[in-house]
Amino acid sequence: MNVAVEMDAVRHGELLDISEAGPAPKRIIAGFGFWIFLLSDIVMFSALFAGYAVLAKASAGGLTGAQLFDQRNVAMETALLLLSSYSCGMMSLAINSQRYLATFLGAVVTFLLGAAFLALELNEFQGMIALGATPERSAFLSAFFTLVGSHGLHVTVGLAWLVLMMVQLSLRGFQDVVLRRLHCFSLFWHALDIIWVLIFTVVYLMGVLP
Amino acid sequence: MTLLGKLDWSAVPFDQPIVMGTVGVMVVAIVSVLSWVTLRGYVRYLWREWITSVDHKRIGVMYIVLALVMLLRGFADGIMMRTQQGIAAGGAQGYLPPEHFDQIFSAHGTIMIFFVAMPLVIGLMNFVVPLQLGARDVAFPTMNSISFWLTASGVLLTNLSLAIGEFAKTGWFAYPPLSELQFSPGVGVDYYLWSLQISGVGTLLSGVNFVTTILKIRAPGMSYMRMPVFCWTALASNLLMVAAFPVLTALFAMLLLDRYLGFHFFTVDAGGNAMMYVNLFWVWGHPEVYILVLPAFGVYSEVAATFSGKSLFGYRSMVLATMAICVLSYTVWLHHFFTMGASASVNAFFGITSMIIGVPTGVKVFNWLFTMYGGRVRFTVPVLWTIGFMVTFVFGGLTGVLLALPAVDWQVHNSVFLVAHFHHVIIPGVLFGAIAGYNYWFPKAFGFKLDERWGKAAFWCWFIGFHLAFMPLYVTGLMGMPRRLQHSDVLAWQPWLLVAEVGAIVIFAGIICQIVQIVVSIRHREQLRDTTGDPWNGRTLEWSTASPPPAWNFAVLPRVDGLDAFWAHKQRVLAKQELPVQQHAYRSIEVPKNSPVGFVTAFFAVVTGFALIWHIWWMAGFGVLGAVATLLAFMFRTKDEVEIPADEVALFDRAHPVEVSL
Repeated sequence: MNVAVEMDAVRHGELLDISEAGPAPKRIIAGFGFWIFLLSDIVMFSALFAGYAVLAKASAGGLTGAQLFDQRNVAMETALLLLSSYSCGMMSLAINSQRYLATFLGAVVTFLLGAAFLALELNEFQGMIALGATPERSAFLSAFFTLVGSHGLHVTVGLAWLVLMMVQLSLRGFQDVVLRRLHCFSLFWHALDIIWVLIFTVVYLMGVLP
Repeated sequence: MTLLGKLDWSAVPFDQPIVMGTVGVMVVAIVSVLSWVTLRGYVRYLWREWITSVDHKRIGVMYIVLALVMLLRGFADGIMMRTQQGIAAGGAQGYLPPEHFDQIFSAHGTIMIFFVAMPLVIGLMNFVVPLQLGARDVAFPTMNSISFWLTASGVLLTNLSLAIGEFAKTGWFAYPPLSELQFSPGVGVDYYLWSLQISGVGTLLSGVNFVTTILKIRAPGMSYMRMPVFCWTALASNLLMVAAFPVLTALFAMLLLDRYLGFHFFTVDAGGNAMMYVNLFWVWGHPEVYILVLPAFGVYSEVAATFSGKSLFGYRSMVLATMAICVLSYTVWLHHFFTMGASASVNAFFGITSMIIGVPTGVKVFNWLFTMYGGRVRFTVPVLWTIGFMVTFVFGGLTGVLLALPAVDWQVHNSVFLVAHFHHVIIPGVLFGAIAGYNYWFPKAFGFKLDERWGKAAFWCWFIGFHLAFMPLYVTGLMGMPRRLQHSDVLAWQPWLLVAEVGAIVIFAGIICQIVQIVVSIRHREQLRDTTGDPWNGRTLEWSTASPPPAWNFAVLPRVDGLDAFWAHKQRVLAKQELPVQQHAYRSIEVPKNSPVGFVTAFFAVVTGFALIWHIWWMAGFGVLGAVATLLAFMFRTKDEVEIPADEVALFDRAHPVEVSL
């Protein structure tokens, strides 16, 4: 390959433009790729939100959101998830300074908060189903269970991922590849918060509007 | 039969000779290929060099092979429909019963879009983009392999439906409520949904991979405005994949929930809303058109510049037009169903945006024309396809502008006028481009050119056959012929339909020419050998490395200081009248390690998909567990790169000097 020969003469300092800097390091590539993936995930949720918005009033004579949603429960769910994001942020700080104990502590707290969120959500679902408000009952409930359930599924996957990362961390220590994955995990966890804030607003707050 | 869910011997259509004959031919073909591979002892080679390969060039080639094989299947469906419509008029009933005909038009559309057009453009992007960027591979090589094999899984499931069960009878977009369990209780729609869900995940991952690759691993000096236009179109296409395919995933998930768990997204009762499906489908579907068309536009840009011996006319406007189309593609989806009953102002909005999107496309056409104007055009096979495209596509685009008028659309909605229109844009807009790219980059991939004579014969057959096959449909469409008719009582349509049938036969001759072209080229590969790496006097970086390129693409990462980097370099060398001395400090190169993860994951995806289609729950659980276990094993592997020693790199590089000659 000869293009390189001629251009070896170009001194690196002359490449002023960041877009001319050449291939990015792996850490950047992994994080950036995961950002793009998260964007696609958010697009998927936007389709589910659109579906919910279209069907929100289609309760087909069954129970409506105003009758079903328990604001206190939702407030607790929100608090748990936001706190778990905070503890996830603390975990990221611990990772940056490569402190094992603090990292594990942050992970445990994040996991427990996430699991508590999930427990409350499942409890809510169970209560609704007990009232006969199952997803088969109406289009509104189909859309509700699908949208909120997809978020819950993401949280579940996140919890499993967190456990796996702790296993990897204890086996391999703070290797580059482990660090990259932990970084992606924290991006994922915070993205779930963003989606929850939208669910909180669109489903639970707007759902009880008169 | 609870152990096997809904599956039993009645699923195999023994009573249908046409289906069984096709299945028989396919089984014989697969068995003979497999036994030939085994007897010649190629299994090990295939496994090590192709199936587990994470090299973007190999994956690109496999995508294109997959697409070409599926093109045969999709074309067979097409010519069967043409034959049926040609003969089943008045008293004649033709040879295809309605329930079979319905499966054929559904399979034809599904296969042509998802398993021919998509793998063709993704394959070309895989092969070309990293080379043009001066990169050593894509951002996530193993994920690339997973993407490919998931696409292959979708293909396999779709083809399985031929032998076991049935395919959807709903048309390729499976509109509810027809596609709901109530009206389609069979497994056909489930085959459709699971095939596309699985391959859709692959496509989405491809999109993520290529956006990252293009934005993050270009060669030093290659700023955005120095990227070849094909890379720009690939960027636009992949951005659309990332932003559009998740909508399809969510949409199909909703329909699956309706069908499997009794949800009510699109049902006629309990508040379901079928038009929501139609809207969301085209929110994906219209960007999908540009996912396919834009990379083909990129190919035409490369071909026009290379074979005119000029740089592309209006590079900046080309980039701008590409990105404008990328954004505008989200503003036109409603033109697929003006008859939904939206208000006049809504229809007017989408009618106007649909006309606006023609503007950047027009810019592109003028740019290609001005690139060729005043150039020394070499009429090679890729150029023929490019010119054929321009002539054909402009007219197809014009019928699109007609359809963009809601008032006109109401008249010809759901008629074969529409069928003629979208074939008129998609065949030249995607397939011609992919074939041009295939002829253009073939020597780069395999080290020898494709035979020109057979290539030209194939072009003329396709070009003439295309017009014969689809122009008559405009006429019958205006005469009022609806699409998807298994039988008609209007004898006035029949002469036109017979002309269309002749067109399909001429296209078939074109396909045969293409098969002969491959065989002849392989036979004469020594005469057609490309020893220089630059058989066309190319302009971009992929021509600056050997044909076929080594696993590491470039011994030393190229430095880029302008557009058409390789062309500029050649001009400087010619001006100095001497080749630069090759004195590199070769370094060892790390290339990604081969991995069976893609293949194994895809195997489990097929198992899961098949089990879910037939309600074999234990098997679905097994498939999911298998896929998860595979990905976990991948997550815990410790070595993911192989080091190529500097000596080996140097040896290869010295053995393949780039020659510069006029």
